[in-house]
Amino acid sequence: MENLHSLVDEALEAVGQARDLATLDRLRVDYLGKKGRLTQLLKGLGQLSAEERPAAGQRINEAKVRVQEAISERREALEQEALEARLAEEAVDVTLPGRGREAGGLHPVTRTLQRIEQFFGQAGYTVEEGPEIEDDQHNFEALNIPAHHPARAMHDTFYFNPGTLLRTHTSPVQIRTMEAGKPPFRMICPGRVYRCDSDQTHTPMFHQVEGLLVDKQVSFADLKSTVEAFLQVFFERDLKVRFRPSYFPFTEPSAEVDIEWGTEADGSTKWLEVMGCGMVHPRVFENCGIDSDEYAGFAFGVGVERLAMLRYGVNDLRTFFDNDLRFLRQFR
Amino acid sequence: MKFSEQWLRQWVNPTIGSEELVERITMAGLEVDGIEPVAGQFTQVVVGQVDSVEPHPDADKLRVCQVSDGQETVTVVCGAPNVRPGMKAPFARVGAQLPGGMQVRKARLRGVASFGMLCGADELGLAEDSDGLMELPGEATPGQDLREALNLDDRIIDVDLTPNRGDCFSLRGLARELGALTDTPFADLKPRPVPVTYPEVPDIRVDAPQACPRYIGRIIHNVDMSAESPLWLQERLRRSGIRAIDPVVDVTNYVMLETGQPLHAFDYHRIHQGIVVRMAQEGESLTLLDGQSVTLSGETLVIADHQGPLAMAGIMGGEGSGVGPETRDILLESAFFDPITIAGKARSHGLHTDSSHRFERGVDWQLQRMAAERASELLLSIVGGQAGEMVEVVSKADLPAQQWVELREARIAQVLGMAIPRARIEEILSRLDLDIEKDHGTRWLIRVPSHRFDIAIEVDLIEEIARVYGYNQLPVTQPSFQQTLRPSPEARRPLSRLRDHLVSLDFQEAITYSFVDPALQRLVEPDEQAVALANPIASDMAEMRTSLWPGLLKTLSHNQKRQQSRVRLFETGLRFRRGGVDSEVEDIQQTPMVAGLVSGPRQPENWVNDKSPLDFYDLKGDLETLAVTLGVRLCFRAERHPALHPGQSARILLGEQPVGWIGALHPGVQKKLELNGAIYLFELCLKPVLTGQVPHFREFSKFPEVRRDLAVIVSRDQPWSAIESVVRSAAGEHLTGLRVFDVYQGEHISDDQKSVAMSLFWQHPERTLQDDEVQTLSDAVVAQLQSQLDAILRS
Repeated sequence: MENLHSLVDEALEAVGQARDLATLDRLRVDYLGKKGRLTQLLKGLGQLSAEERPAAGQRINEAKVRVQEAISERREALEQEALEARLAEEAVDVTLPGRGREAGGLHPVTRTLQRIEQFFGQAGYTVEEGPEIEDDQHNFEALNIPAHHPARAMHDTFYFNPGTLLRTHTSPVQIRTMEAGKPPFRMICPGRVYRCDSDQTHTPMFHQVEGLLVDKQVSFADLKSTVEAFLQVFFERDLKVRFRPSYFPFTEPSAEVDIEWGTEADGSTKWLEVMGCGMVHPRVFENCGIDSDEYAGFAFGVGVERLAMLRYGVNDLRTFFDNDLRFLRQFR
Repeated sequence: MKFSEQWLRQWVNPTIGSEELVERITMAGLEVDGIEPVAGQFTQVVVGQVDSVEPHPDADKLRVCQVSDGQETVTVVCGAPNVRPGMKAPFARVGAQLPGGMQVRKARLRGVASFGMLCGADELGLAEDSDGLMELPGEATPGQDLREALNLDDRIIDVDLTPNRGDCFSLRGLARELGALTDTPFADLKPRPVPVTYPEVPDIRVDAPQACPRYIGRIIHNVDMSAESPLWLQERLRRSGIRAIDPVVDVTNYVMLETGQPLHAFDYHRIHQGIVVRMAQEGESLTLLDGQSVTLSGETLVIADHQGPLAMAGIMGGEGSGVGPETRDILLESAFFDPITIAGKARSHGLHTDSSHRFERGVDWQLQRMAAERASELLLSIVGGQAGEMVEVVSKADLPAQQWVELREARIAQVLGMAIPRARIEEILSRLDLDIEKDHGTRWLIRVPSHRFDIAIEVDLIEEIARVYGYNQLPVTQPSFQQTLRPSPEARRPLSRLRDHLVSLDFQEAITYSFVDPALQRLVEPDEQAVALANPIASDMAEMRTSLWPGLLKTLSHNQKRQQSRVRLFETGLRFRRGGVDSEVEDIQQTPMVAGLVSGPRQPENWVNDKSPLDFYDLKGDLETLAVTLGVRLCFRAERHPALHPGQSARILLGEQPVGWIGALHPGVQKKLELNGAIYLFELCLKPVLTGQVPHFREFSKFPEVRRDLAVIVSRDQPWSAIESVVRSAAGEHLTGLRVFDVYQGEHISDDQKSVAMSLFWQHPERTLQDDEVQTLSDAVVAQLQSQLDAILRS
């Protein structure tokens, strides 16, 4: 049985030396297989006496277990090594850029329009659209701006012929919507508008959103709250808003809306004009067949580029329409 | 309108500083555009008198002058072209500080010592620029401090008046307004009538009383045109931005600024027989004071004599009848012209004058006599002469009617969302000269003063009350909101869905002008009827776009010139074409579109080294995924478009309805536009593609799907759509999928042929398909391909 002892040592030695799974498998067969050398020893038990046999059998079995355990352990170690080698092999440089496309982006005017539409959408306003080539009736006459009116000079209108023009504001959409429906109304009209004017602060095309609310009980106080809430939500700030009397032919009372925007050199509040608004003029209602004794309404208008410039710090209006990718990509 | 603050304060002087004054009028609706000192900061500048002027011995453009400053006479070297002996001009003594920090020192100019400096208006911050010395009137006292002499511790206020407030286009009107706002009494103008000492009166006939309800004329005999307007008057004009011309013109301008009444002075001896106020005859011509000759239309009111027109009434006088140095007798005109008659006439001749601006907005129709008296008073004091009797021709029936407007207390509360106490309302009304004619308890009858052309209905009065009360003192309330849930059709996809999808496909949104260069448009769509602007702002923005492509191509060009090699753009918006039916305006179709443009490599430059250029199928693939997102099925049919490559262009169809185009930009067009790389374009009509389907569930089979791959050789120009259609009709009802996975041309295939490989998928809803069944179907497909398309099965 000294044989057993050296056999085990030899097996353990060989297992420890094994460098791969195939070698290990061969050793398993050599020592523990049906004809393995340790298995053979069990077959030699018959030569021992009945008293000796159980003890000897037990020793051989223990030896087999030891060798088996050593093989398993070694296998795990080798598998682990192999896995680690593979993982090391498969490592990538995670800091290299990913494969595939870039993402595009929305134009900042669209982005701004979407925020405005979202605000008024929550407040129950519908979004209405209309033609950009308009007739004089909808762009001016129905809005209480007759042909001789001095306000026409302020509009710098693009004409196709004396009765057909590019809309100078989106108010004609309100007229078309009121003509086609019945009050109450709650709508905003976003879109392109055109004025024949081009310099540092004017482009011949720009975007407006005009809003209209018509119902039985609507007051200037309601208008004030709507405009204030909108500006505060838009700029995500509790900014001060003031209403300054002004004049638009289609509203009365009319107001221009200023927001607090920093301070002047002398320390006083700097006000920036951002919107126009007012109570719908009775003649506008009359032109749309709405009884101005029964219904009242307010309207407001805002320049989209103006808001976008303030919101995103854009300093030149004209860049909106150059469509330079270096500009547009900043608004993705 | 610009005016001097000091001048205003002579009319009404509330106990508030300049800043608050500006704030008060701004917050009452008279927006102040700017306020600035009338002069820069300077010291030791006095009235100087030029005694003599000698040429400089060593410089052609310099003069050596002797200037007395009231204390002594010093030598001054001066380069101003208008320096002459006897003139008075601002003189900066040695040691004077000028605006901008410049200090005047003793100097030697080309060898001649100079002790001080004669100044131009720009050097003192009195004007933006000037072309020489500032000439001071003869009455100025040499040595007097210039700030004192010209009253320069004053500010110029510039008010941007809205068209409704014609009544504020005068110091009198502004003072009345400021008085009302601050509850300060204002000192109205009360001219003393001049004595009538000249017997002759003008002959005045008004043939157009509706356009000219009141015309007043008066002769002033034997005026001295060599007289000069006094300094104070010239300065007030200057501070209102009006240049002094001659004493008569200066007085008419001055009284206009004071009262708001435009006046005109004719040289009486240039009037033949008398004044006739009439509508112009069609085609009559008149040379205006500014030298411009205009042809008049029958809608223009003129002041004529018995030979022809002398002036465009209320707009501008004529050259032939104006006052000049030779004038001895003048005819002073003070008239009320109907605003609507004047409105737009000046603009239609490209004119805009202080006079037309006021008449268009409405001049107080009771002002004419007072203004004429005021002008007479001033004229006599400056140019002397004798005044004749005023002749007034008036048509009472044509004067604006006295207006009364009813005002209901309840309505005020309703519009403003707040009840204002009666006493406060009445106080505001009275301050604005809105007299209460009758008080009915809960309503008033208000008499509208003749200077307010903007008050005709109740809400006009409510606005006045709100304005004076203060918009920012009015309450803020939430509008009551009746929640009405609106239908929201599921099949209708919002535009934002389309935009977002394109953005995730790496398209950048652009917004380009709706008017484009007609030449570019001809290249892209030579056959479309575009709508042209009558007054374009530029020749390359003269036509409304018939497609969104010109704008995108221009944007591509802009970006390629700025080293952007990979450009992927889209835009949404209207295109405009003639020839629509049921159009909202004329016959113009205004159709919402989406268009896109891609150019450059398929992927941004990358380390994987994929530099493959884009091709048609990239863009088509983008559109196909877009169609899935929108829930529509788009078909593509080879068809030519003038802007597209004839072999790479397709009409996009939704069912049978054409909804757009896709293709490669035509190389000819591309060359003309000097664009680089392959460029692909698409456009789609938005309305049809934004209306998709609401999904409807169909049972799907639990049984396995069977796949067979086939490769056939067909003629090279056989489109896939033909193969697909044959396969689908031959493969039986259980064909669930058909996919082309290879198209090959090249080795082993003759030049006029191609190999197309495809996978077919079958699945039975209720059982597993047997191999022989599938084989039969597959054979049938091959047989049909052979018989219909001459296809050969590749083995």
